[in-house]
Amino acid sequence: MTAIPPSKTRKSPAVAIVAGLLVLALIACVVLLIGSLMQSGVIAAFVAWMYETTLGTVVRYFLESVLLIIALLIVVAYLILVDRKVWAAVQMRRGPNVVGPWGLFQSFADLIKFALKEQIIPDGANKGIFLIAPLVTSVLAIAAWAVVPVADGWAIADINVGILYLFALSSLGVYGVIMGGWASNSKYPFLSALRSAAQMVSYEVSIGFVIITVLLCAGSLNITEIVRTQQTGLGTMLGLPNSFLDWYFLPLFPMFIIFFVSALAETNRPPFDLVEAESELVAGFMVEYSATGYLLFMLGEYVAITLMCAMTTILFLGGWLPIIDVAVLNWVPGVVWFMIKLLFVFFMFAMVKAIVPRYRYDQLMRLGWKVFLPISLFWVALTAGVLVAFGWAP
Amino acid sequence: MIAALFFYLFAAVAVASAVMVISARNPVHSVLFLILCFFNAAGLFVLMGAEFLAMILVVVYVGAVAVLFLFVVMMLDVDFVELRQGMLNYLPVGATIGLIVLVELVLAAGSWVIDPKSVATHAAPTPTDITNTEALGRVLYTDFIFYFEAAGLVLLVAMIGAIVLTLRHKQGVKRQDISTQVARNPANAVEVIKVKSGQGI
Repeated sequence: MTAIPPSKTRKSPAVAIVAGLLVLALIACVVLLIGSLMQSGVIAAFVAWMYETTLGTVVRYFLESVLLIIALLIVVAYLILVDRKVWAAVQMRRGPNVVGPWGLFQSFADLIKFALKEQIIPDGANKGIFLIAPLVTSVLAIAAWAVVPVADGWAIADINVGILYLFALSSLGVYGVIMGGWASNSKYPFLSALRSAAQMVSYEVSIGFVIITVLLCAGSLNITEIVRTQQTGLGTMLGLPNSFLDWYFLPLFPMFIIFFVSALAETNRPPFDLVEAESELVAGFMVEYSATGYLLFMLGEYVAITLMCAMTTILFLGGWLPIIDVAVLNWVPGVVWFMIKLLFVFFMFAMVKAIVPRYRYDQLMRLGWKVFLPISLFWVALTAGVLVAFGWAP
Repeated sequence: MIAALFFYLFAAVAVASAVMVISARNPVHSVLFLILCFFNAAGLFVLMGAEFLAMILVVVYVGAVAVLFLFVVMMLDVDFVELRQGMLNYLPVGATIGLIVLVELVLAAGSWVIDPKSVATHAAPTPTDITNTEALGRVLYTDFIFYFEAAGLVLLVAMIGAIVLTLRHKQGVKRQDISTQVARNPANAVEVIKVKSGQGI
């Protein structure tokens, strides 16, 4: 056995201490600077400028969007890790555990790896569309987050028809897949694109009906309003304090399940990942993609999955509302409750992926058109009837 | 100022992509430009304060109709040489239709230049106290419910007609019947036979 030679580039402890002190000094300087700025009222003036002038409003929306995108991408990076860890735990493996402590930096390592690889464009590909397709997927998925209220009043654009905007953008996700599959000019991607188009259009129908049912109960298309109406409900009718019993998942339980399953199909998650069924279609519409193109597709897919989790949270699990509205629990900020619920729904997504085998294509279509569509249509009629009959309609 | 900027942006892109729809060589590119055009039309709706119409335009036309368009166009076996040969034959018909549409547009737009009072007859004032989703709902489901349901019935008849025309019951096709599959049990699915050695069944 040969002894491993000591690394020659190892830094001495003194260097590390000096570097640490420098960083601390820098942080102290920044804190002092911010403090003095606040003292002189510069920051207050800047905030006022952002709310009062036209240019300031543009700058404010830009800064808000950048903040949201950064937060979203970090959350998505760790959700991918959660996904892989849950999947591994179900199969009694360890999952990614090499890059960083407990594999915490795995997603960032993957990001750098994808960004540094060579982008290959097939000879027969339709170049423009081939390059636009991954952008379409990821940009649409990220754009939908503009209307999501992660806490009370925290949505960037609190528009009147917020839920329709979400529905519209999530139904556009199919274009990235179709364009990518067609432009690759290859058999498997094309077959995959056709499958995906049919699948996503089918499940949008039942998602639409589920959203309509919730809208009937909430009486508003505004997302913030939909969450606020869940403060009162079944629980408060029985005289209990505001709690999880008021959320829509309880009175609309069948629709909650249908929405969850349709969300799996809409985002091409297993067991409905027929778009990239690797035993039949190699990697589906992504066969010809490499490097950044592939990265953007994966990013768009995971952002869309996170969006579906957020939609489930908003429509059925009371958004940013605490589980029980009592002293200790309602001190927790709304964004924390939102993240906890989003994580719970994502955990369910990951468990489904790990446990359920893939559907056959005709079974998928049967489930969408012959099972979910009639049930959701019936529930829309039933909900409307009950609301009118008991005078609960908002 | 910003609204005007966005108006010119949306309008310019909408017109340019509409031109590309009819001038693009590849039919798939045409459909994609059509989608871009829809998007910009939705943007114009938002600028006019009709956000509900804008979202419905995106959901229905871009999310469903254009997907089916794209689906059909991708499956077509397009022969570009053959396409160009028919150009001269169809030109007079196309030009006539285009001319008629143009004249109608000019008449419709010109009516309130000629008679400014006529605007009141075809433009109901936008209500300010309710959202436009609610205003549209009142018009569709309260004021004109009969016409709305009649239109729905016409669509239903068209749908049933399409199904009747294409539905065929093929003989000898094995279909999956989920309820019989689930109802199977060892008693009616498996037969255990004692076979003496050397005899067979």
